[in-house]
Amino acid sequence: MAAFIARRFLYMVPTVFLISLVAFVIIQLPPGDYLTTLMAQYASQGESLDQAQLDAMNERYGLDQPFFVQYWKWISGIMFHLDFGQSFEWSQSVSGLLADRLPLTMALAGLTLLLTWFVAVPLGVFSAVKQYSIGDYVATTIGFLGLATPNFLLALVMLWVAFSTFGLSVGEANPVTFAIAILVLGTAGTAGLIRILRANLLDELRKPYVVAARAQGLPEGRLLVKYPLRVAMNPFFSTIGWLLPSLVGGEVIVATVMNLNTVGPLLLGALRSQDMYLAGSIILILGVLTVLGTLISDIALAWLDPRVRLRYR
Amino acid sequence: MTQQLPPAGPAAEPAVQDVAPAAVSVASQWRLMWWRFRKHKLALAGLVVTATLYLVAVFAGFLAPYDSSHLDPEYTYAPPQRLHVVDTSDGWDWGLYVNGYTAEQDPETLEIRFEVDEDTKVPVELFARGPSYTLFGLIETNIHVIGPADPDGPPMYLLGADRLGRDQLSRIIHGTRVSMSVGLVGVAVAFVLGVTLGGVSGYLGGKVDTVIQRMVEFFMSLPTLPLWLGLAAAVPTDWGPLARYFMITVVLSFVAWTSLAREVRGRFLSLREEDFVMAAKLDGVGRRAIIFSHMLPSFTSHLIATLTLSIPAMILAETALSFLGLGLQPPVVSWGVLLQEAQQIRVISTAPWLLLPGLAVVVAVLSLNFMGDGLRDAADPYRR
Repeated sequence: MAAFIARRFLYMVPTVFLISLVAFVIIQLPPGDYLTTLMAQYASQGESLDQAQLDAMNERYGLDQPFFVQYWKWISGIMFHLDFGQSFEWSQSVSGLLADRLPLTMALAGLTLLLTWFVAVPLGVFSAVKQYSIGDYVATTIGFLGLATPNFLLALVMLWVAFSTFGLSVGEANPVTFAIAILVLGTAGTAGLIRILRANLLDELRKPYVVAARAQGLPEGRLLVKYPLRVAMNPFFSTIGWLLPSLVGGEVIVATVMNLNTVGPLLLGALRSQDMYLAGSIILILGVLTVLGTLISDIALAWLDPRVRLRYR
Repeated sequence: MTQQLPPAGPAAEPAVQDVAPAAVSVASQWRLMWWRFRKHKLALAGLVVTATLYLVAVFAGFLAPYDSSHLDPEYTYAPPQRLHVVDTSDGWDWGLYVNGYTAEQDPETLEIRFEVDEDTKVPVELFARGPSYTLFGLIETNIHVIGPADPDGPPMYLLGADRLGRDQLSRIIHGTRVSMSVGLVGVAVAFVLGVTLGGVSGYLGGKVDTVIQRMVEFFMSLPTLPLWLGLAAAVPTDWGPLARYFMITVVLSFVAWTSLAREVRGRFLSLREEDFVMAAKLDGVGRRAIIFSHMLPSFTSHLIATLTLSIPAMILAETALSFLGLGLQPPVVSWGVLLQEAQQIRVISTAPWLLLPGLAVVVAVLSLNFMGDGLRDAADPYRR
């Protein structure tokens, strides 16, 4: 087990390195550099930067130096001092901005994940056990619709309903909009999970060991929970890996529609105004979180399923 | 957003029960696939709807009463009118018409509200003369399938009007072009990348395979939407609409090629050991010929199924990007661009019909998903 975890950690290193490279390329992509943007901004306010300040900036970010030197300055600042640079739109350090918003974002993602599991497990099991029943068709239809509806559309419709029937105020964030956001984000994940669990459980239920157990007189309920469900649940742990990126992605749009104070709208605003150090840092953090999520789900999977563990030997 | 759907339900029963056994044994693979595909009723419905949507995209100019930029500031947020087929105002008579509007100004907010006025009639006719357009970019004409009988008279808004009094129906129809083609173009780009890299990876194996697989894993581990957002934001704003459209599709296919590469690699790995490949090799057939004329055709059907299933994700992604204002920009019309109008709840509660482009997205994505599911089940007609 320890060897397995160590190996997975080693695999992570190049991935995280590549992610940081991609984030930095995105920072560099827009035409012009940080300094010109900053100077233009100061000029538009009727101020100007003096040469000493310019030199200090150049020193700090290595702006007149080649790509890899700049990259190293940026990444070493993050690794050794947790210094993500400055957001010039907010005139504040990126780490401070993120510290304000990350907790709510994590809470949103965590609660959504919980909701997804609580809804998807019973529905998925039900539609596999009672295949082709009315309930199965309803669950499958919900699954399809949930996958086909863009998150933000669902958010808009639910907000509209809340606004017109319950007179909800939509100007600022409140617990109701937060709940709606969780519900909306949960729907998309639930839809995918129901389908996965149903398909997996159906495959398991047809296997000979189920027939054997049934022939030995094991009651249906215990039979289901003890073996097939356990095997079919495996993908649920891998969901942490793929739910996180899709949650984060969905969150960007939904939180923007709902005016929530999370990282998503911050990223969007940063991209719109080309506040690239902020945008790049957020992309980097989200990417690393995703990789961590995948790692955790892989470890959980290996811990639960010896077959997975053996594959890595 | 890009994860693949797992197979729904068990594989269909043996495909070809209603066809005579003699016909089965001489049928081509494509024919067998079709027999199997048509068993899947939802997939068949998906195929019909998808085909209809693409036809709408081709004939957009003819089907839409107005062009996409036609505006009429006098009719801001005018509600949808019902199309009457039968005229019962005096006696019973055939006659196409819609009711006109009465405008009323709120004395406090100065907001103009429109009500459908049951008393006035705006005659409507089929094959009406309207704004001119070019069909297929060749034939210039001004005939529209439906439109107000008098082009200079009061306008017709079957699905309501937006902030500038633009016809929502016409704009949704015109938006079909961009929204439905983004998926196709994006998939084409992803196809080239996926088949090349997946094929090389699966056929050569060894170190090349390891490198390419690490690359695929890396792309899969990225959070898709922030990456899309970052890349889309980096597209210069002063680029023309066509260049922007192309860049957005390239950005979208950046992530989509990975699942395709995996599929192709898996197929190559298993096919490499097949006898017919060995036979071709012993016959002295070149490597490229083995890949392209022997191995690739044997899993074309799987490729088509995977491709179909990746189109909906692209449509959804384009909609989301455009909705956020980072994808396509007006005056280009796509469903996502249209939904930009519906960002404020207050606007939606005045004009709920602004959400209709979203319905178009749901229909398109659903039907493509159903069709793809059916294709995947039918892809291997010899199974079972």
